[in-house]
Amino acid sequence: MKIKYAIETHNVTRKFGNLSAVNRVNVKIKDGELFGLIGPNGAGKTTFIHMLCTILSPTYGTAKVWGIDVKKNPDEIRKLIGIVFQDPTLDSRLTGRENLDFHGMIYGMGREHRERRIGEVLKLVELDVRADSLVDTYSGGMRRRLEVARGLMHNPKILFLDEPTLGLDPQTRRHVWEYIRSLKEKNITIVLTTHYMDEADYLCERVGIMDNGRILVIGEPEKLKDKLEGDAVSLEVTQPERYASSLRKTAYIHKVKVVGETLHLTVNRGERCIPQLIKVVERRGGKVKSVGLRGPTLEDVFMHYTGRSIREEQTGTLEENRLRMRAWTRR
Amino acid sequence: MGAVYTIWLRDMKWFIRSKARVVSMFVTPFMWLAIIGTGLSGVVGEIPGSGNYLNFLAPGVVGMAVLFTSTMTGVSVLWDKQFGFMKEILVAPVSRTSVMFGKAMGGATIGMLQGSMLLVAAALIGAKMPGVDGFLLAVLFMLLISLTFVSIGLAFASKIDDPIAFPIVMNFFLLPVFFLSGAIFPLNTAPSWMRFIGYVNPLTYGVDGLRGSISGALAARFPIWLDLVVLALFGLAMVSFGGYLFKKIKA
Repeated sequence: MKIKYAIETHNVTRKFGNLSAVNRVNVKIKDGELFGLIGPNGAGKTTFIHMLCTILSPTYGTAKVWGIDVKKNPDEIRKLIGIVFQDPTLDSRLTGRENLDFHGMIYGMGREHRERRIGEVLKLVELDVRADSLVDTYSGGMRRRLEVARGLMHNPKILFLDEPTLGLDPQTRRHVWEYIRSLKEKNITIVLTTHYMDEADYLCERVGIMDNGRILVIGEPEKLKDKLEGDAVSLEVTQPERYASSLRKTAYIHKVKVVGETLHLTVNRGERCIPQLIKVVERRGGKVKSVGLRGPTLEDVFMHYTGRSIREEQTGTLEENRLRMRAWTRR
Repeated sequence: MGAVYTIWLRDMKWFIRSKARVVSMFVTPFMWLAIIGTGLSGVVGEIPGSGNYLNFLAPGVVGMAVLFTSTMTGVSVLWDKQFGFMKEILVAPVSRTSVMFGKAMGGATIGMLQGSMLLVAAALIGAKMPGVDGFLLAVLFMLLISLTFVSIGLAFASKIDDPIAFPIVMNFFLLPVFFLSGAIFPLNTAPSWMRFIGYVNPLTYGVDGLRGSISGALAARFPIWLDLVVLALFGLAMVSFGGYLFKKIKA
């Protein structure tokens, strides 16, 4: 079946009491795309994913997964998707292999098919050696990898990864990133959520920035960053004032600031501007002693659209919202 | 069907791997038989149809063991919720009903296993051992008792979220069910209010059926077919009720 979009939502909304955890979200994700939903804890990412996975049903609006409405045919969707939840969902009293086998059985895979697939996914996440130990004895990173393997067991069309590297050490995070990238080559649609900006930047082809239940902007990370005022370039020269006024008149330079012996410039595509800037200085008989370049990050993009930083100290009230949502769901 | 088997298989693995559970499951009811049964045999006279008190008590203790084990199956659902594994089960493309049946069959298997072992243990300390047909009939009663009370346990489990509170709450329910089932004293000599509660208690028919299959029709208060029919009806009602509540379970 050829479908237009792997995921398509129209004003999808989920309320918990008065709180709109997800508020009129419109997203279209193409088949084969690696899409990231970024935002602080409590932004509504998990609630959104849970609606797509048919765990929660939308209060209103529509959501289609692989062309199927989540309200009309959740069972059909469940066969097509794989999910790695934010919180651990392994059975630690079973071995890694048994966890995978359980998954395969409950997804209706035959014995031979299961055995072959278990071998494949274990190899992919490099757990073949420890496959027959109880999950109880696994480290956090191994568990996470096993969950990724399990999500892939039944060859899903779409894989949802909710905060795939939450709580992992930097090395293991890198490892998990590499797996996710290698999946991309297998042409699976991947939707991941994260509050790590570097993760989204490294992995995702397109990202949606989510805050307070709404999606503020969707785009490719590079383009979103380009849209910002640009890169910060610093040039260390003697008598920087000599160049300041003419640089201010240059079209591609947005801002010029002089601090001591350094010119601080804001430009688009800093890496391309630097050679020209050096020429400008040299043409006037000056010499550039050192150059600095810092590109905008997704963090800057987030700040641009929300007016605040994504860092943890800002998430106090959001965390409360998250807990409220949890309490509500448990009821 | 595949999903029912998958859920059942996992519960069996859990059971076999938990040595403490396997051991305590036989030790507690065995103490009832060996201590209470043997001890009271000297004081309590002949009970019509059953003979000595140990013979009377043995089917009751089998019923008790199946009752407690089955009802407590519900707690595994709560632990699954607690550790997140329930999410894995609930997002799978299988119906809640088959998940519930898998759990129920798991509890029933363990209940039947435990009950059968106890029957043998009771015979070893001097209680009457049934013939093959009586034994098979007794296992059928164990299955029906189990399905009834696993369903009740699962119904409670879909309403209670705290795995620590669950056994405490269940004990409020289990003790009167056990005491007023004719398991440890005959109901026909009890005051009428006790008899009334006993007759609306599904376990009464389970214990009576077990007694009939193990010690013969004379030991039972009701005909075996009546015990079977009443218990099956209770079972059907409880499975439907548990299944209905289980459908609304959240991860």
